[in-house]
Amino acid sequence: MSSDPPLAAEQATSTDVLLEIADYSGGFTSQTGVFTHVLNGVAFSVARSTITALVGETGSGKTVTALSILGLLPRTFRRISGSILFEGRDLLKLDDEELRAVRGSQICMVFQDARTALNPVFTIGTQISDVSRLHQRVSKKQARNTAVEVLDRVRIPDPRRCMRQYPHELSGGMAQRAQLAMALVCRPRLLILDEPTTGLDVTIQADILELIVDLNRNEGMTTLFITHDLGIVAETCDAVVVMQYGEVRETGTCEQIITSPRNAYTQMLIAASRFQGVSE
Amino acid sequence: MIETRRPILGVSGLHKTFRIRHSGIAKSLTAVQRVEFELYPGETVALVGESGSGKSTVARCIARLIDATSGEVVLGDLPLTHIRGRALSKVYEDLQMVFQDTHGALNPRMTVQATLEEPLRLRLHLSRNEREERVRRLLESVDLGPELLDRYPRQLSGGQRQRVCIARAFAVDPKVVLLDEPTASLDVSVRGQVLQLLRRIQKERNVAYLLITHDLALVRRVSERVLVMYLGSVVEQGTTAEIFNHPTHPYTRALLSSAPVVEYGRVKSRLRLTGEISSAVDLPRGCPLAPRCPLVQASCLDSFPPLLQVTPTHSVRCPVVLAGAGAGKDAIAPVREHSATDSTHGRGRR
Repeated sequence: MSSDPPLAAEQATSTDVLLEIADYSGGFTSQTGVFTHVLNGVAFSVARSTITALVGETGSGKTVTALSILGLLPRTFRRISGSILFEGRDLLKLDDEELRAVRGSQICMVFQDARTALNPVFTIGTQISDVSRLHQRVSKKQARNTAVEVLDRVRIPDPRRCMRQYPHELSGGMAQRAQLAMALVCRPRLLILDEPTTGLDVTIQADILELIVDLNRNEGMTTLFITHDLGIVAETCDAVVVMQYGEVRETGTCEQIITSPRNAYTQMLIAASRFQGVSE
Repeated sequence: MIETRRPILGVSGLHKTFRIRHSGIAKSLTAVQRVEFELYPGETVALVGESGSGKSTVARCIARLIDATSGEVVLGDLPLTHIRGRALSKVYEDLQMVFQDTHGALNPRMTVQATLEEPLRLRLHLSRNEREERVRRLLESVDLGPELLDRYPRQLSGGQRQRVCIARAFAVDPKVVLLDEPTASLDVSVRGQVLQLLRRIQKERNVAYLLITHDLALVRRVSERVLVMYLGSVVEQGTTAEIFNHPTHPYTRALLSSAPVVEYGRVKSRLRLTGEISSAVDLPRGCPLAPRCPLVQASCLDSFPPLLQVTPTHSVRCPVVLAGAGAGKDAIAPVREHSATDSTHGRGRR
C-alpha cells in the first residue's frame, strides 16, 4: 500500500514544495528493550501556501510524524529510514542548535490543549515577547509591541489586557488564539496545528478555523493541519494525507479525497464521519 | 401519535443553582432553569448544547447524582425528586447512565466479569450460576467475546470499555438510559459501531434514551426529538427534522451553521454570535443569549423570554425571531411552564 507514490508530490513542482517527507520509518524502544514500529515508509509533501490536512485516528502516527518534523520526539524513538526535507534541508540531519533555530521561528507548532501548552506562571504578554526576544534580537519594548500586534492579528478583543493575563484567566478559545499568536510572532514559513480545535465548542471552533483560513489566504501561511475531523478537512484544507497504522493510505486534493476517495480506509472514515449506516 | 402513549420520564420546571464563592463573595450559579420535557418508551431525545449549557447537569439531576433545587422528575408513576435510601437504589433498576469517560466510569480494580456481575448481584439476587450465564450473554449482546471476562479496564480499548459500560447499564432491565456523550471519546470508526449497538438494544428492549451530546451529526442520525440548551435553559425544541430543517432560535442557527460538514465545496453561511458564552453566575433577568445575539432588541434585556409554540411539536424561546418571521404574535401560544417563582417544591434544605 505504501508503495504508491505520494500524489500531492507528483502534482507539485519541486519549487512549490515546502516540506517533503520521504520513506520515513521508525519506532519506539520500550524500557524492556522491545521495539515497536510506529511509522512505516511515511511519504507526503506539503506545498507552499496550502493547508494540508494530516488525517487519521488514534494511533495512526499523525502526531509522531508532526513531532518528527520539529525533532521533538523523546530519545526512545529510533529512526530506521527516511528524510524530512524543509526547503531542501534535511531536518533529521540538523544538530540540536540548528534545530532550535528552525523551531519557533521557521516552523511553529500549536497543540491541542492551549491551557496546558502555555506556561501557567507567566503572563501571555511575557510568553509571547520572549519568543521574539529569543529569535529576533529586539528590545523589550519592541517585543511587547510585536506581541500586541500579533494578539490583534488573531482577533483577541482587547490585546493589551490579554498581555497582562495568565493562561488560567483565558477561556479555551482565547487561550488557543494566544497560542496561535505565539506561533505567528516570527512569521514562520510552516505552521503545524495538532488538533487545534478539539475540545472547543463548535461556535468557537468555527471562529478559529476561519482565522486559520484567513491567515492562509491573506498571508500565504503554509499549514499542516492534524485532525481526525473530516468535516473540518472538507471545509478548510486544500490537500489531504490519510494515515492509518503508521502508513500513508491515500493522498490527494481535498476535493478528490472527500468526493471520490479511492482507498477503502478513507471511504470508511468518510462514511463513519457522516454516520452512514447508523440509522436503520 | 406519541401523545396517546404515556411518557416513561417526565421532567418539569427543573432548576439547579449552585452556591459558589466568587472572590470571597457568595453568589449563585444558575446551571439549569425551567427545563421541561417528556420521554416516551423506545424513543431517543437529544439534549444538545455547548459546554456550560447545563445539559449534563440535567442528566445528573434526573439520575439523582445531584439534587435539583426545584422541579419534578417522574419515572413512570414514581416521583424521583424526594426519594432516598433503599427506594432510590431500587430506581436504578429502571434508570441507568452511560458516561463519556469510560476510564472513570469503570472500577480499575474490577475485572469485566466482576463489573458486570455487580448489578446482577445487587439488584436481581441471582444465584452464582445464573449470574455467570447472564454475564456471558450480556457480553455477547454488546459483541464482546468471553475472553475479555478476566481483563481489567486498562487492558481494554476505548471502544471495548464503552461496550462494557453499556453492558453494565443493561445488566438490569432499564426503561430509561441517560447517555452522556457516549461516543465523544471514541474514534469515528468505533463510534458508528457503538451507536449501532445502542440502536439495536433500543429496538429489542423498547428503552428510551436521553442522549446528551454536542455532536450534531450524531443527533441528526439517532434522535427523534431535540432540545437545544443554552446557559441552562431550553431555547428551542422540536422533532429532529424541525430543528435541522427549520432552525429558528438564533442560537440554534448559530450552532448548526458552525458545525463542520463532510462535504466538499459547501458554501457556509454562518450566523455569527459575538464573543463567548456568558457566565452563569448571577444571570441577568433578560434572555441569556442577549449579549451575543445578532438580533438583540431592547425588549430582550427586560424579561426572560417565554417558550413559544410554532407547531405542536416545535417551540422556540425567542419572541423577536418569531415576530420577524411574519407569524402573527396572536397565533403563537406560549407553552405552559413552571417559572422559578411558582415552583415551590424545592428541596428546602438549609
